[in-house]
Amino acid sequence: MQPTRIQKLFESVRKENRSALIAYVTAGDPSPERTPEIVAALERGGVDLIELGVPFSDPIADGPVIQRAAARALKAGTTVPKVLDMARAIRKTSEMPILLFTYLNPVLRYGFDKLARDAKAAGIDGCLLTDVSVEEAEPYVAAMRAAELDTVFLAAPTSTERRLNLVAQYSTGFVYLVSRTGVTGEQVALSDSLAPLIDKMRAATKLPLAAGFGISTPDQAGAVAKMADGVVVGSAIVRQIEKDPSGLESLARSLAERMKK
Amino acid sequence: MTSHVTSEPDATGHFGPYGGRFVPEVLMAPLEELEQAYKAASADPAFQAELTDLLTHYAGRPTPLYYARRLSETLGGAKIYIKREDLLHTGAHKINNCLGQALLARRMGKKRIIAETGAGQHGVATASACALFGLECVVYMGEEDMRRQRLNVFRMRLMGATVVGVANGSRTLKDAISEAMRDWVTNVHTTHYLLGSALGAHPYPLMVRDFHRVIGDETRAEILKREGRLPDSIFACVGGGSNAIGMFHAFIGDENVKLIGIEAGGRSLKLGEHAARFEGGAPGVLHGAKSYLLQDADGQAALTHSVSAGLDYVLIGPEHAWLHDRGRAEYTSCSDAEALAAAKKLARTEGIIPALESAHAVHETIRRAPAEPGKLFVVNLSGRGDKDTDIYRENFPELDAADPNPKAV
Repeated sequence: MQPTRIQKLFESVRKENRSALIAYVTAGDPSPERTPEIVAALERGGVDLIELGVPFSDPIADGPVIQRAAARALKAGTTVPKVLDMARAIRKTSEMPILLFTYLNPVLRYGFDKLARDAKAAGIDGCLLTDVSVEEAEPYVAAMRAAELDTVFLAAPTSTERRLNLVAQYSTGFVYLVSRTGVTGEQVALSDSLAPLIDKMRAATKLPLAAGFGISTPDQAGAVAKMADGVVVGSAIVRQIEKDPSGLESLARSLAERMKK
Repeated sequence: MTSHVTSEPDATGHFGPYGGRFVPEVLMAPLEELEQAYKAASADPAFQAELTDLLTHYAGRPTPLYYARRLSETLGGAKIYIKREDLLHTGAHKINNCLGQALLARRMGKKRIIAETGAGQHGVATASACALFGLECVVYMGEEDMRRQRLNVFRMRLMGATVVGVANGSRTLKDAISEAMRDWVTNVHTTHYLLGSALGAHPYPLMVRDFHRVIGDETRAEILKREGRLPDSIFACVGGGSNAIGMFHAFIGDENVKLIGIEAGGRSLKLGEHAARFEGGAPGVLHGAKSYLLQDADGQAALTHSVSAGLDYVLIGPEHAWLHDRGRAEYTSCSDAEALAAAKKLARTEGIIPALESAHAVHETIRRAPAEPGKLFVVNLSGRGDKDTDIYRENFPELDAADPNPKAV
């Protein structure tokens, strides 16, 4: 199996002695037509990897900002096929890794094998399903492997050692560390549960570790960049899209400047 | 005839292809912990004794199995018994599970309880159990449900619970569960999620069912004593499915006993206008479990409608899906109008005003009874109708006139 764009990215940022900046956007927010240009602005600002969120009607792991984005995207008619179209449009001009990020049911409905094939063909590099535990992951992981797509799983501050090992075993590309127990959304202070989680996960795997949930300001991103191999910013970017997408590039730049180790 | 049909989940909480544990990783270890605590509590005679004592002296068990003579004679067919879960403390079967889970939460050292509620019956029972044990209680409820079940909102608050309105989506039970899960994800160290139906991630469908098994166990013992035989058909309404699974479970091995679940047929069987998951739903995953889900072609959960807030939910409990696929239980639906008519019929023949949820089961019982003389029916009357007084008033305006002498109706 060839290294995926995700794997190559973490290899190159390691050489540059910095962290990867990962941005989450809800695909189709505010409309399917706007998403490719939003992603392009983020890339110009220095984002290294895009998490393309497929909106779901009942996003139980998300706070109000991303809930609102999902509602806007669904209202604008976003579907899985349309998200694949957006990925294709992004791929026309960009080699930035794309991780599909969503809940299980839309993917289950589309079909694991079909999604894996179509996502690969659209230029997507991997997938993360928020509500799929490693225990339930077998058929999904098999389909993704067959299409040579990465499967990223979440590790949480509540995860036991046994669970961290399982998460490491099922993940490829990187492991996504949930920095605090909670839903997505900006926080005043960085959670102190992140550092111990990084230590425990390092003991379990050599895979790159990216941290997200509650990281929004350049200072917070800079602090996480010192510890993790990737920093995920979601709600702060989605809020900027809600408020004024023209500010996205400079928001990304203010975060990208802080990725140095 | 007793068969070998059983209905137990596997070690990871799957009822055949359904159930399981589909939640964000943050909740996985807490669910494992809950499962262990529940197993230990189930096997602990002291826990069981305390629960039994509470069910007896606080909640009012056993509930009567009442022979509805006038209803049976009016219909001129099957002999109908009514399991009076509506006579329990707080007005519905929900208290069985709430007392069990509240005891478990106390045993686990959790001081804060969260719950979702649709009709408010589970919220009221949770508020009651929390007051009893001195636990903090937060209940999530869709704003549409708060409007139509206002009385229950007040009852919860009177018992010290905080009721949090949810304005997302259809502003009903689905959205209340989503919001409760978000709270749990955030406060899992201090908080027990007291889920009120046979839904959600393992071990909830198993645990909630077990706390309600007493309904079927009592019914089985009582009907054998009274009639010397098992019933031919048992009826129960199915939202998430807790009262139905609690009633059905004692009879699953008795293949000659028909088990009939009644879903909400709403205004029509067009997607968005009902909550009949077996008529228009397909296997999907929501709120932690795989089961039949009302959803659109793109896998988004559909909106639902039922006059009964407690049945107004998109996913059916996973054990019901398994019973359905194996043909061990049959499922049908009852429209809003049919449920309202059944409620009035029961009120007028037996002097019992059922909850709108339970009225769905009463409708199917009434529908089948005339054609089955000599047969023995049991209908689970899961809740009483006081909470639905406003809805009944809206639907029977002829009884609610300011006129002190309304025309005969």
